[in-house]
Amino acid sequence: MADGGQFSAAPFWQNGPSPGQFYNTPGTNLASSQLPRTYTQQPIVTGTSVLGVTFTGGVVIAADTLGSYGSLARFRDISRLLKVNEKVAIGASGDYADFQFIRDIINQKVLDGKCLNDNYCYSPVAIHTWLTRILYNRRTKINPLWNNIIVGGYDENEGSYLGYVDKLGVAYQAPTIATGYGSYIAQPLLRQSYESNNNNFTEEQALSAIERCMRVLLYRDGRSGNQYEVAIITKDGCQVTSPKPISTNWDIAEYVKYV
Amino acid sequence: MAAELKKAIYPENATIGLPTQHRFDPYTLNGGTIVGVAGDNFAILAGDTRLSEGFMIHSRDTSKIYKLTEKTFLGTCGFQGDVLTLTRLLNARLTMYEFEHRKKMSSTAISQMLSTVLYYRRFFPYYTFNILAGIDTDGKGCIYSYDAVGNYEKHTYHASGTASSMLQPLLDNQVGYLNQEGVRRVPLTIDKARTLIKDVFISATERDMYTGDSLHIVTITSDGVTEDHFPLRRD
Repeated sequence: MADGGQFSAAPFWQNGPSPGQFYNTPGTNLASSQLPRTYTQQPIVTGTSVLGVTFTGGVVIAADTLGSYGSLARFRDISRLLKVNEKVAIGASGDYADFQFIRDIINQKVLDGKCLNDNYCYSPVAIHTWLTRILYNRRTKINPLWNNIIVGGYDENEGSYLGYVDKLGVAYQAPTIATGYGSYIAQPLLRQSYESNNNNFTEEQALSAIERCMRVLLYRDGRSGNQYEVAIITKDGCQVTSPKPISTNWDIAEYVKYV
Repeated sequence: MAAELKKAIYPENATIGLPTQHRFDPYTLNGGTIVGVAGDNFAILAGDTRLSEGFMIHSRDTSKIYKLTEKTFLGTCGFQGDVLTLTRLLNARLTMYEFEHRKKMSSTAISQMLSTVLYYRRFFPYYTFNILAGIDTDGKGCIYSYDAVGNYEKHTYHASGTASSMLQPLLDNQVGYLNQEGVRRVPLTIDKARTLIKDVFISATERDMYTGDSLHIVTITSDGVTEDHFPLRRD
């Protein structure tokens, strides 16, 4: 159609998008190529504290099953622990999607290893060091995996192993570890009972220390859930228990008066 | 370019349509202090074993002293993530050197390599503060200190890390005999140096929140290396 002068509408595709592109209303938003590049700047669905304790002949790590969406308790029954193999388990706090990403990679690595059929099995140190490199490399690209990860394991030769790594690549080993809110509330409790026990726990003592801390966290951490999973790694292998509810006592509540 | 476009479209500093920009901080400070002292026939490198972040103590027994060769040790503090990466990179470079030259790298060669490795990351630095201690080719003790981007200098004594500003003047006075008149400059012995380092760390622990738990002391002589642990305040 010929141009009809100033009184007729502009040709249909004037100022329109190139074929295959979306229409860009002038002044409302900029083409994505002109915007700053965006990466993960904050976690979205998050898990709170993970606890880890070593004992004679093994390690136990624990995490509740809540996935929070800000202050909303969005997913109430998701697992934040991963059994890697019979020697290693990991637990993650922070962004749940990033944990799933890491979980998928580890599962694939373990599967690839199984295909070799050489009975090789990643040791706790190997998994911990590997995670350290993955998380450090991502922070160096300013595109972090937003997690605090606890690696627990038992190796016949190396004994109990408990390691930590965060989104920046800070990593260390310690006899008791807690991430997130738990590093303020549970870690002092764990250290106190561990040290007053001559730096030596039995499996039962480790589990009861964990249970106590999970209960304190349920009372005090607003992002915690009321059931938790435990991974126990000993010479007999690694098992992740089904979620266990935390018993609470609110008798005192009716006596609390807010003036 | 996005900023110019934004200004053209929204003259009144409007923020509609653009993502708010707040950057992820790729660094953290994990604290800790290291001290190196070199004598005529020895070098001592000491560091506390606390690993902290803000008000949290992550670990009470993570050493800051890393063995590079039989007679060269590296003390390093600052950002633990970079410390782990840097020490791994150095170990890889040292292994490659050994395979290529069929000998261990000398302390002086390592000192130059460390500077190069640090400067390579001039515009995204390894946030680490290093002291290298070793025995040079003449059998004398040597200490090199570095800033985060590879500026380095040979010293007879040096302190780095969170309590360095407290320790360095004390070492200047007691080891360097600086700011004193008519002082008799007695050559430093291993025992005196070790006692001084312990005292200096005990004092630093009293004043610096990020220093404490225990002291790892490595003494390097041409005859060999001894390592000691000395308890410090844990609060």
